Amino acid sequence: MIESDPIVKVLHIDLTSRRSWIKEQPELFEKRLGGAGAAIELLHKECPPNTDPLSPDNPIILAVGQLNAIFPIASKMAAMFKSPLTGNLGESYGGGRSAIALRMAGYGALIIKGRSETPIYLAIHDSEVNFRDASVLWGMGGSSTVGRVIREREPQAGIRTIMRIGKAGERLVSYACVVTETYRHFGRLGLGAVFGSKKLKAIAISGRRTFKFKDPKLYRTTYDEIFKALTTSPLMKKYHELGTAMNINPLNEMKALPTRNLTKSNFEAAEEISGETFAQRYLGRRVACAHCPVSCIHIAALRIPYETEPYFYKTKMISYDYELIYSLGSMLGIGAADEVLKLIDEVETQGLDAMSTGVALAWTTEMQQKRLITENETAGLTLKWGDYTTYIKTTKNIVTQPNDFYTALAHGVDYASSKYGGEEFALTFGGNEMPGYHTGPVAHIGYLVGARHSHLDGAGYSLDEKLAKAGKTPTPQTVAEALLTEEQWRQILSSMIICYFARGIYTPEIVAKAYRVLGYQLSYDDLMKTGANTLKSKYNFKRREGFDFERLKIPPRIFEVPTPLGTLTEGFIRETIQNFKNLLEATPDSESVRLQ
Amino acid sequence: MFACTRRYAEAGLSRSTIHIKSAGGFERGFVITVCRACPDPPCMKVCPTNALIFRKPGGVTLIPSKCIMCKNCVKECTVGAIFWDEEINKPAICVYCGYCVNYCAYNVIKLEPLPEGGGSK
Repeated sequence: MIESDPIVKVLHIDLTSRRSWIKEQPELFEKRLGGAGAAIELLHKECPPNTDPLSPDNPIILAVGQLNAIFPIASKMAAMFKSPLTGNLGESYGGGRSAIALRMAGYGALIIKGRSETPIYLAIHDSEVNFRDASVLWGMGGSSTVGRVIREREPQAGIRTIMRIGKAGERLVSYACVVTETYRHFGRLGLGAVFGSKKLKAIAISGRRTFKFKDPKLYRTTYDEIFKALTTSPLMKKYHELGTAMNINPLNEMKALPTRNLTKSNFEAAEEISGETFAQRYLGRRVACAHCPVSCIHIAALRIPYETEPYFYKTKMISYDYELIYSLGSMLGIGAADEVLKLIDEVETQGLDAMSTGVALAWTTEMQQKRLITENETAGLTLKWGDYTTYIKTTKNIVTQPNDFYTALAHGVDYASSKYGGEEFALTFGGNEMPGYHTGPVAHIGYLVGARHSHLDGAGYSLDEKLAKAGKTPTPQTVAEALLTEEQWRQILSSMIICYFARGIYTPEIVAKAYRVLGYQLSYDDLMKTGANTLKSKYNFKRREGFDFERLKIPPRIFEVPTPLGTLTEGFIRETIQNFKNLLEATPDSESVRLQ
Repeated sequence: MFACTRRYAEAGLSRSTIHIKSAGGFERGFVITVCRACPDPPCMKVCPTNALIFRKPGGVTLIPSKCIMCKNCVKECTVGAIFWDEEINKPAICVYCGYCVNYCAYNVIKLEPLPEGGGSK
């Protein structure tokens, strides 16, 4: 660790008593490296067993790593909490300026507990912690309007983060997100609802400081090496040219693009919503998170005419990515880029997670088509594939919850299907709605076993694609090993905290080099052991809160539609889950890894 | 912004002399603020201790030992391009070293000789 690094400071905030205090906890950063490693330790300690996720006792833990603000693309902040969606580990990462701002304000982590009596927002500028009234902001239009108001009221434009929730968070939708810097999100697993339950509308953070190194020259040479790789490597090209949206066409061609609630795995109108189409017709600007040279954030300029006035237009700037086009496009049979953008805009305005919302809308459509629910449940709406205007109305209903059905849907597809049926086509994994890859068995196993039930845990989709190219047949043992090893390694990236887009650049060798600048001598073995410890700790939390590999439900729908690696079988998936569980249990709970 | 501090082989933002902020939210794009290297710098004229010296053909050089931290220069700069280094409590002013240019991946900024009479474009 660099000398007198303020990262050891953990800022505790109690919203009930409106008090804050600092506790120095160097072990979280020295032994656990910070980021995810620190956050999971804090979650174990701060979240009492069986806490209601929407109660004052559920902590919001925000943490950064030692590399944030020091090396390029170390631009992510970790959030951990108990998830209102899955009832166990809540974990999501956001970029924008969030990580840099917390690191520059001089903290390693922020813990928010309690519940304010009235709506509030926090303004943290260096050592100053302010509790500011947010009663006027509560219920306000969209999350971007809230950002606009706070921008005018808080100092430090350019180096601050403004993390905020929309109405979905206020109304405690289990998959409400937290938006930061308009276009980045702590998207998955319902952090927005936890904010809402605490009457916490937003957090603004800023600071400015300098870190000094024992070997200054080594810092510059290491920085330059990483910077050069980030800006010249072909591995980064797709993120800064077409962006993640470039995946639409290839996934569609290989028949892995979930379409119409995964009744199909290819979409006849994929070309119309492809990354190429978005770029050619709508790309209006590309921006980057703070301290990242890649600029992967693709923003469409959508010109919208006024309905009654000729030659009157407004232009909206709406960000898009692969996952949004899948969940709010192909999954709903919407085959026009402008219509997808309009639905994305509504989801952003409400402050919902795009993937969960898309899957919820898709499930509701199929429920209604099968007459398992009627217009009574949908509040008079008739959902049809491709009808984006009705999907916009349905999205609003998820937030306003005009009847019991929408209240159930606001708890997630898993919950809603347990009440209303349709579980065989409810595309949820461990309680979380499906990401956009029907690439083969490994993707689905990854969603099931991953600590946050995300495609990013073990990147199963990537392994599927490699297997398909190589023409290899996977075995339960090799798949379990590959997923676990990848997820263990990714705990290190999540502790630094590096954006996963740069995982090809931050190889174990580069990671060790970067830590050397901070005074660590880390071997590959040290890193893997630390990653394994962090991951095990995450599963220990999940298990403590009721997660059980044996009780994982597999949506039968995934067996009905062939993948590029053939039709999936339950036996293979169950056997792999068992293997994963055995391997995980064989790793030690906590191993003292000497890092420095 | 980070390059300024890294030029001294340190990390962070304290020494930044170029500032990037959104033009009222990310959806509106960005505004870059940096010293224009004025041929007749207003900041220099309000320095009570002559800590700012004219640098040909434009801009100023700070003599830290003369500076009394009055911040007159910060207030006087029309474009708001004089920043404050809180750690040393002195102004942070661009010296046109060009180090940041090496880290602009999209060639938004470049270093070129000032025109006769000073003042960048």
